[in-house]
This record gives sequence, C-alpha cells and structure tokens, in this order.
Amino acid sequence: MREIVLAARDVRRDYPVAGEPVHAVRGISLDVAAGDWVAIVGPSGCGKSTLLNLLGAIDRPTTGSIAIRGRDVARMNDADATRFRLTGIGFVFQRFYLMPTLTAAENVELPMAEAKLPRAARVARARELLAYVGLGARADHRPYQLSGGEQQRVAIARALANRPALLLADEPTGELDARTGTEMIALFDRLNRDGTTIVTVTHDEELAQAARRVVHMRDGAIVDQVLRRPLADAVPAPPHAPGTAQA
Amino acid sequence: MMLRLAMATLARRRARTALTTAGVAVAAAMLLDMVMLGSGMRESFRGFIEQQGFQIRLTPRGTMPFDSEATVGGGAALVRAVATDPDVVTVAPLLGAKLFSRTPGDSVVSAFVLGLDPAVQGDYVLVEGRDLAADDELVVNASYLAATGRAVGDTVQVAAGYDAQMRRVTGARTVRIVGRARFVMLGGSERAAAMRLAAVQAMGGRDRADRLSVVLVATRPGADIESVRRRLEASDARVSALSTAAALQLVDERLGYFRQLAFILASVSLAVGFLLVTTLVTVSVNERIGEIAVMRAIGVARWRIVAQVMAEGVALSLVGATIGMGLGLVTATWLNGILAAFPGLPAAFDFFFFEPAAAFRSLGLLVLCGIAAGIWPAWRAATLPIARTLREEAVA
Repeated sequence: MREIVLAARDVRRDYPVAGEPVHAVRGISLDVAAGDWVAIVGPSGCGKSTLLNLLGAIDRPTTGSIAIRGRDVARMNDADATRFRLTGIGFVFQRFYLMPTLTAAENVELPMAEAKLPRAARVARARELLAYVGLGARADHRPYQLSGGEQQRVAIARALANRPALLLADEPTGELDARTGTEMIALFDRLNRDGTTIVTVTHDEELAQAARRVVHMRDGAIVDQVLRRPLADAVPAPPHAPGTAQA
Repeated sequence: MMLRLAMATLARRRARTALTTAGVAVAAAMLLDMVMLGSGMRESFRGFIEQQGFQIRLTPRGTMPFDSEATVGGGAALVRAVATDPDVVTVAPLLGAKLFSRTPGDSVVSAFVLGLDPAVQGDYVLVEGRDLAADDELVVNASYLAATGRAVGDTVQVAAGYDAQMRRVTGARTVRIVGRARFVMLGGSERAAAMRLAAVQAMGGRDRADRLSVVLVATRPGADIESVRRRLEASDARVSALSTAAALQLVDERLGYFRQLAFILASVSLAVGFLLVTTLVTVSVNERIGEIAVMRAIGVARWRIVAQVMAEGVALSLVGATIGMGLGLVTATWLNGILAAFPGLPAAFDFFFFEPAAAFRSLGLLVLCGIAAGIWPAWRAATLPIARTLREEAVA
C-alpha cells in the first residue's frame, strides 16, 4: 500500500466577485498516492488553478480539509504555510517566473538558501538538478540567455530543490511550442518514474495523456477520473533520484 | 542572497537607479547646506566674539555694539569705575568713527576708524609693520591702502569730518601709517583704520571728547560672568552690559528668520528624499509583483520580502546621502564665497558652518527617511494575495 501524500476532503472555495459569491471549487475530494501523477483537466474557469492553489497552500479553502503527508495545510497560519511550501511542495508555473537578475544555478539555489542549506551543499544540489534537467552546461546563464523550454527546466529544478513531497505544475507547457512541450512532458514522465509525485493542471491533451490519472473538472467539481497507468507499475524511486522526497 | 537580489534589482534599471540616487544626493546636499546655514552665522559670530577675548560689552543703553552711532560720555570715568570691579581684569574702551584720508591725487577717501588702546585691543591682527605707539600713528587694512594709494611707512593727512561741497576738512592731522592689519569684525572690502583712542577723541573736538562707543570687559577666570554683567549694568544707568551668551542670544533672535527658512528647506529636502525613494521602490515592486508572488509561493518568508524591498530603499538613501555629503560641502563652500563677498561682512565670516555631529545626524535622518520610505511598498509586497496576484499576472 502506497503512502497517501495528498488527501483533500470536501474542499470548497467561494469568493465574492462584484458582491456575488462565486463557487470556484465545490466539495472536491481527491487522494494522491506517493509516486502518482495526476493531471487535472477541464475547460477554462472550471476551478483547476484554484484547486491547485488550495492544494499548494497558497490559498485557503472556505471549507474542507487538505492534508499533505498528514498535515492539514488548510489550518496553517501564514508563517507555517510559507515554511511548508518551502520544504514540502514544489511549484512550476506557466510563465516560469525565474528571477531575472540571478543565474540559472542561483535561481535553483534560492529556495535552498531560504531553507538555510549550507552554501556548498546548495551549490552542489543546484548543479545536480540542472544536470538532471539537461542544463548542466547552462548553470551560469541568466534567464534572458535561455529559451522558454530551458527556463521551464530551470523552474522545475528550482521546484525540486528542497526535495518536496509533491510537485504542483500549473500549465507547465502553456508557454512552450509543441516540440519543447513534448520535451517537457518527457521530463515530467522521467521525474515521475524516478519517484516524484506530481499534480498538473493542463489544457495540453498530450501532457494529460502522459499522466497516470486524469481528473476531469467542470464548474468547480470533479466529474470524471480516468486511470491510464496503474500506480503498481511505477518503478520504485532510485535512492538518489534528484526529485526524490525527503523521508 | 536576498541582499544580493536587492542590489541586483537596483542594478537592473541602472539609469533609473542612478537618477533616483542623484535626486537623493541633491536632497541630502540641500539638507546638509541648510543644517550648516542654520548654525553657520551663529557659530561665526561666536568665533569672532570669543576670539576677541572679552566676555562683557558695555554699550550706550539699548544698543548693540556698533549697531548705531550712539556713544556714551564720561568715558574715562566709566573705564575707571569698571576697572574697580574685583572680577574685572581688562577694560578696553573703543570709539568708532569716520575717518577721511587725502590721497596723493588730492581726493578724499572715507574709512571706518577705531579709537582704541593698542595694549588691550582684540579688534585687529597685525599683518605687516608694527602696532600703534603714538597718537599720530595709524594701523590700516589692505582695502584702505588700496583706496588711498598709500603704503606702510607713508605719511597721510586724515580728518574727522569732510564737507564734500566745500572740499573742507575738520579735525585734520597728519599721521604715519605704521602697520597693516586684518580687522576681525570688518569686511575685507571695507576700508578700516585704527588709532589710539585719545587721538580719535581729540580729532572730533567737543563732540567726541571723552566719548566711547563700546567698552570691552575681560573677567578673571572662574568669575560668574552674569553676576559681573548685572553689577556693571547696575552701576551706570547710561549703559547696557551684554555678555557673550546674551549677545549670542540676541544674534539668535535676529537670525530667527534665517533658521526658520533653513528648517523649512531642510524639511522639504527630507520630504523630497522620502518621496523619491518611495516612488522608486513602489515602481520597482509593481514591476516585480509576479516575481514577488512566486517567491512567496515557493516559500520565501514575508519578512525576507520586506527586508529585500527595504534594503533597496536603504541602499539608495545611503549612497545618495554619501554623495550628497560631498556635494553639500562643495556647494556650501561655493555659496559661502558668494555670500561672504557681501559688503559690510567680516572677511572671515562663514555662513555655512560644518559640524560633523550635526551633519551626520541630518544625513542619518535622511537614511531613516529612506528606511521609512521602503516600509509601505515592502509591506505591500509582503502581504499581496499570492493566488490572486498569480492569476492576475497570468491574465495580464
């Protein structure tokens, strides 16, 4: 039996727009086991990104609970949630959001510096992660010197820096051309096969097809789930895989 | 890494950062100049008074020293009476008057003459020649020599009065210029001379007989100056006694408008510095709002965002204040040169007085303003709603 990394129970998120309540997420329950890869798909405005923000503890549900590795992130105060995001969750965004004044390696080091990892350790880890995503030779390049696909690889390396329990990706191929998108999907696949638990929100059919499980949303609710590859087939994570979560 | 990120952010928009720093530097320079101006004239005046070495000045009642042409009679008796006070060690009587001198071309040049006792005077510093030893001798300044075409050692005809229409002089006598001096309280361009007191009194005839403009009094070390001042003032109803402290207080009152102006302009400088830094940091935060939201999302603590944004404000203020200090000193020196050339001002009079403690205090205040300027944009950056900001950024 695999560990349940993420357990969301009856999660709702309402917020007012022009004085009227909008029910962005309506009572969603979702379990994600260690090593799983879940793709959340659905039409624009169905609540996918809102759900991802809730799962990543950067927003709070109106009701319901979200436990990551047994910790209820919905009840954490801001400081605890910040700390939890730093060490427990990796984020990849559609628009990369690298710090333009830092090199690729420094961008990857940023969360580790925040987590107070010794400099030598974080430099070594940043190099290891950049090599893993295929950018070992571009470590000292700044974001403007990298292509979109390369910037997204750096963003993935940054997300994996503190060995998070869960990698959340919001439209990770949304700003990439088809060929680069395919390369990115291959990278996610490799990450997952190496043991990283992933939840992606996407409109990209190819990316969704690569996931183990596809969750369909509509009007803030899950309307369907498709299991594409059983988790039992997952290759056990190698002990030194860069993305492997800390015990 | 946050500090490095802050500095890198400033370096990212070099021209904007440089312009803001220049603005802060100008504000800092103005602040420093206003602080220096606020205390400059007072400190200059204090320097002059203390340089003379006298603690009390007796003047015709209700006047300031040489504030008017008022004099007091019975000068010799007054001096004797003052000298009997047990706390008084030196009494220096002075009579100020006009002196008319004939030039080699037979024209007449007017000057200010001080009648004094050369043994106890503190009004001039001899630069060339020797001091007064007789009633027919004159010590003058460089302006006098230039205007009359005379040199040290020359003989010159001087007079107490001159009727320009009739070209007739009164109280004339022939004297010899024995020395050249720098007059402490007079402007460099002002023609000045000094003679023995008795000579100046005698030249004025009955109008000046035994009259004095000021009596300078030096007290013994440790004496209670205020008590001596009160005693001297009470001893003669015709005179006012002014201590150095009281003189400075009077100067303070007269310079009140100057100080108020300096205070207002200094406050404006601080406000300008504050607004410049706030504007730049706010614009910088607005430009990076997506980056900041992502930093918060990946787990960077609020206080680190605050520290990073405030570090930008502090860096701008520090660099601006440091440059401003040099700029302020340069402009103060330049302005001092212009203002000191005003007629009637002592040559060594400084409008701008550099007090390191006051300068550092004021520039420290500017840096504090820089810190305060960063508070609001820093707090805004640290408390922005992450999810909503990311959504809005994605839509944008």
